[in-house]
Amino acid sequence: MNLANLSPLAVLLPILGAALAFLLIRHHSAQRMVSIGILSATLLLECLLLISVWNGGTTSVTLGGWLPPWGVVLVVDQFSSLMLVVSTVVSLAVLIYATGQGMADGDQEAPVSIFHPTYLILVAGVSNAFLTGDLFNLYVGFEILLTASYVLMTLGGTGPRIRAGVTYVVVSVVSSVLFLVAIAMIYGATGTITMADLAIKLAELDQGTQNLLHVMLLVAFGIKAAVFPLSFWLPDSYPTAPAPVTAVFAGLLTKVGVYAMVRTETLLFPGDTLNVPLMVVALLTMVVGILGALAQSDIKRLLSFTLVSHIGYMVFGLAMSSVAGLGSAVFYVAHHITVQTSLFLVTGLIERRGGSSSIDRLGGLAKLSPLLALLFFVPAMNLAGIPPFSGFLGKLGLLQAGVELGTPLAIVLVVGGVVTSLLTLLAIARVWNRAFWRKPEDAEFPDPVLKATGNVGVLPRTMVGSTAGLVIFGVALTVFAGPLFQVADGSARIMLDRSAYIHSVLGDSVEVPPLAQTDEVQTGDAK
Amino acid sequence: MSINLTLLIVMGVLYACGIYLILERSLTRVLLGLMLLANATNILILSTGGYAGLAPLFDKETGPDAYSDPLPQALILTSIVISFAVTAFMLGIIYRTWVLARQDEIQDDLEDVRVAKTPSFDAEDDAIVPLETSEFAITPSNTSDHGHPEATETPNTASTQEGGSA
Repeated sequence: MNLANLSPLAVLLPILGAALAFLLIRHHSAQRMVSIGILSATLLLECLLLISVWNGGTTSVTLGGWLPPWGVVLVVDQFSSLMLVVSTVVSLAVLIYATGQGMADGDQEAPVSIFHPTYLILVAGVSNAFLTGDLFNLYVGFEILLTASYVLMTLGGTGPRIRAGVTYVVVSVVSSVLFLVAIAMIYGATGTITMADLAIKLAELDQGTQNLLHVMLLVAFGIKAAVFPLSFWLPDSYPTAPAPVTAVFAGLLTKVGVYAMVRTETLLFPGDTLNVPLMVVALLTMVVGILGALAQSDIKRLLSFTLVSHIGYMVFGLAMSSVAGLGSAVFYVAHHITVQTSLFLVTGLIERRGGSSSIDRLGGLAKLSPLLALLFFVPAMNLAGIPPFSGFLGKLGLLQAGVELGTPLAIVLVVGGVVTSLLTLLAIARVWNRAFWRKPEDAEFPDPVLKATGNVGVLPRTMVGSTAGLVIFGVALTVFAGPLFQVADGSARIMLDRSAYIHSVLGDSVEVPPLAQTDEVQTGDAK
Repeated sequence: MSINLTLLIVMGVLYACGIYLILERSLTRVLLGLMLLANATNILILSTGGYAGLAPLFDKETGPDAYSDPLPQALILTSIVISFAVTAFMLGIIYRTWVLARQDEIQDDLEDVRVAKTPSFDAEDDAIVPLETSEFAITPSNTSDHGHPEATETPNTASTQEGGSA
């Protein structure tokens, strides 16, 4: 129980590390040591937090001596601590990969030394968003991670990155403004912004006001999570960033949006008012995203489209608002963070080995570097959902939950999920056939690097090692899927019940309002 | 809760101008639009505080109803700081765009344009591959268009064979 009191450190440590790394800006090796050390310590701490809530239980920490309905609280439960651990594992792997890349290429230029402090700030923002129990603090967490991501996105200030960065910044700022407007309206309607308190007070508002606030929050988070009609910024901006940056963005940033959507749907606006529109959106996200992926020839862009597409699975799980559906969605988030990040890291390695990330210009990589082929093959099959892997287990859980729910729309989504999975396999197989399987001579305009034989020192050990570590972590999610599903289902049960969360923040004497089941109202079908 | 009409009108005008400006293609105007939107939102938060009372400094004689709500003001302060940082960053990016491209406009994504123009026929995936590739076999069917490796739109050329040398 007392371990939860350490949870503010999950935010504080990276920020302190960022300050230290900023001071050491001229000492590259010391800077590397500091950032890797700090992130490892954060990971250790978060593992302790996860262990402390492993069997259920929710604890909250009040900050600054202001009591809950007024002050900021941090809430540790199974979902938030699981997200913390997975996100920090991924960020640590990417950080090691990035240092490996920096050491190999010689990071003497000034912009690269800003990478470490900015990266740690990004991690702090992500941790803050996962932990916070206060709506405005969630906004602050988002802004911390977004501002750090603006800098990382435009690292080096080259033409394409600036072009992509402008779109990214404008879209993010618009979504943040929407979120802030929603917060202001929620405060105007209820007089509080503590999420546990809101869970009680929002239920007292009339249905129309509730729906307005609900939709505003979902739109704001939907832009950040890249859900279909709001997803066009993502494949446009992510691929131009440096490989490790794209990897960490793909793994973490959209998932923070998904996390916020889960909290909105379960804690603030429980019940099934918007489930039908959410399911339609989930279906469109899956199908439109993957059809976009099939048209691409650049691996990074292709992966960005699969990223958008697979957000649909999580929204599907969320929209079912059953323990099985939400539990599978939680599992799927953990799986997808790991797999998507490892695929982007491997793409960075492909780009080094083959001189390009376009599948038209690549060929014969399986023969040139069998290890690279293995590193690509395992997470790729995992993403497509081929049986032994965690991607299959997550999708299976979602499909089972959909069949269990049994409404016509849920069945359509189940079919859509299977089709999307197969199309993902098709997209992945295109990459595999061209970049790895065919002869190097068949490539159009191949880079001279491709013709060089043997691993001519273009793949530094640190980069390969960290990628391999992350791939192994992804496989470990498969091996330990049993306990992981147990935690995911437990967290879904706690989130749908809500009383543990509300009681841990506001004390046991508070009465939790019953769920608003509005079967006969159907106000959510306005779309 | 009383509502200040002036604040509301100002807020509405700021939102309208802000939304108009962010729909422009010029980056400077987009930046101005974002600034207006941020300020309109600040006014919105301010108006959620309700009655504009005394400064929220504790005084024993004053009743709790006489103070104005301090929380929205704290929120505004935070949001001002954030929008300040974002504005500074945007200015940096806009300047960089100007240095690189001598243009103050959002540019198209070249890869996007390229993908949009790619024909749906793909030589690698869709071309008819001759069954017998041995040099001794007689293949009369695919000797017709052999001189044009670029003509990938016609599906009956054996362009997979030619692609590598092209």
